[in-house]
Amino acid sequence: MNGTAIEVRDLTVAYRDTPVLWDVDLDLPAGVLMAIVGPNGAGKTTLIKAILGLVEPAAGLVLVNGSPYRSERRAVAYVPQRGSVDWDFPTSVLDVVMMGMYGRLGWLRRPGKAEREAGMQALEKVAMADFAGRQISQLSGGQQQRVFLARALAQDASIYLMDEPFQGVDATTERAIVVLLQELRSQGNTVAVVHHDLQTVPEYFDWVLLLNVRRIAAGTVAEAFTDENLRATYGGRVPYLRGTSAEPPPEPFRLDRASGLE
Amino acid sequence: MPQLEIQIIAVVTALACALPGAFLVLRRVSMLSDAISHAILPGIVLAFFLTEDLNSPLLILGAAVTGVITAGLIEALNRTGRVREDAAIGLVFPVLFSIGVILIARYAGGVHLDIDAVLLGELAFAPFDRIVIGGRDLGPKALWVMGSVLLVNTAFITTLYKELKLSTFDPPLAAALGFSPVLLHYLLMGAVSVTAVGAFDAVGSILVVALVVGPPATAYLLTDSLARLLLLSAAIGTLAALVGYWASHLADASIAGSMATVVGIFFFLAYLFAPQQGVIAAIRRARGHRRRFAQQMLLVHLLHHEDTPEASRECQPEHLQEHLRWNEEIAGIAIKSSLRDRLVVSRGGLLHLTSEGREIAREAMVA
Repeated sequence: MNGTAIEVRDLTVAYRDTPVLWDVDLDLPAGVLMAIVGPNGAGKTTLIKAILGLVEPAAGLVLVNGSPYRSERRAVAYVPQRGSVDWDFPTSVLDVVMMGMYGRLGWLRRPGKAEREAGMQALEKVAMADFAGRQISQLSGGQQQRVFLARALAQDASIYLMDEPFQGVDATTERAIVVLLQELRSQGNTVAVVHHDLQTVPEYFDWVLLLNVRRIAAGTVAEAFTDENLRATYGGRVPYLRGTSAEPPPEPFRLDRASGLE
Repeated sequence: MPQLEIQIIAVVTALACALPGAFLVLRRVSMLSDAISHAILPGIVLAFFLTEDLNSPLLILGAAVTGVITAGLIEALNRTGRVREDAAIGLVFPVLFSIGVILIARYAGGVHLDIDAVLLGELAFAPFDRIVIGGRDLGPKALWVMGSVLLVNTAFITTLYKELKLSTFDPPLAAALGFSPVLLHYLLMGAVSVTAVGAFDAVGSILVVALVVGPPATAYLLTDSLARLLLLSAAIGTLAALVGYWASHLADASIAGSMATVVGIFFFLAYLFAPQQGVIAAIRRARGHRRRFAQQMLLVHLLHHEDTPEASRECQPEHLQEHLRWNEEIAGIAIKSSLRDRLVVSRGGLLHLTSEGREIAREAMVA
């Protein structure tokens, strides 16, 4: 699938007259794995929410697969920040994963056997099948993140928007999630991830968007992830200057092997 | 006969309140039920001015609309970012309630719209207000009203169960998937309003709040599944209604008052005795951890000194206190419970590990 997965034109979002996104443009080609980086308050979460129609833009336009989001809901899966929901809610892991399929079911139709099976498959992909019946408050941070990931997989979309999927996750699980994201991309899906660790950007991602209220740069990592752009994004206080030591790429871990270490 | 009817009305009311109440509690907006049950008064009064009939179904409609408006005003005030939700609730409903009170005092003084009845209700009188059509007695009006409300609420929650669940747990995802959380919020507020207006006549608005918030909050401590929480809320509400009724009978007290008290007592009991989340369960768990840890320390200590020359000294019960610097109590607990669980045996004044005890000690050291 070629073409543009997400097209953002002149997007401005303001909270009470304070712009959090100023005139942002983005053409995200289909089939790439993109990091969205920028300092706190740069509008990374707001950008994702604007693409999903969750915040009303003051100006500008968002197109998903060339159409307004409303008509392309099924094409987009969403992983919100882990802290955005109440993990004491009385429900099970499998139940949460099945929520990813509610959109396909539409109003009134109940999830049934097919959805349970698809939910279990999604849980197997993140090595959480053994936790299916577990109450969600009993999960660790990394496990919560994997449940959210499984829910997005269950949405069976072609575009995945993820808000800090590595937050509160140990190194082993992070690697396993990265492998999963790269698999999604190699299957032709588009994945955009809000990411904080600049060191791992070149290793994990092939595209990058540098954002600080305005779009600083976007493109392939080789083009856009330059010291100059990073300084422009972080205002000189670059927390990371790209090292010259060529570390050997770490061996990728699989979740099914990693899960025991949680 | 009136006794039975009062109990049926009370149970039906408790059921009708518990269902939307479960979602209010989970959404952490329980106090909206308080706001709505008071703020519907002007709606009732205005509808009464229009129809001049206290039995008109338009009164319920007027109240329901006022309830939804109340929720809307609170939301609007909240969204300004200048006040928090609790303050917004406290600002909106007293104003609306007072408007209702003023309207009654000014224009409806001679009518039976009694403020005491609004707040406290009087279940004991409910069986006397009956629906009679063509000379046939169809039963108490309150039963018909609350029966209909229960039916509406049950239909609402069973048909939109999946949507309510998603929009309560994760509103952004609900919105992204195309289920309008705003619409669902106002449908829920409409259900609460209809419930409150149906119930206030019979049981009063204070008991409405108790029945909307109490049973689901109690059930929340007892289960970790939403479906079971709904069923359990209904069961707790029913039990509270019946126990409350008979308590009031014995004590010769207000029925609504004793029902609300029983709801509170049930919550307190669950708070203390809930198997997982109760206070006592938490204390027992903490004690269990401490005892297991003390046991492990004892076993590991014995393992270290097993078959060594100093065993005769190190493995004396009296010596443990001194050597491990345990106080008498913990040492006593560790030794007694280990003897009981047959992890150690006492021979010739010395403690010896059993094979199970040895295994546990080894495991403890690995972990």
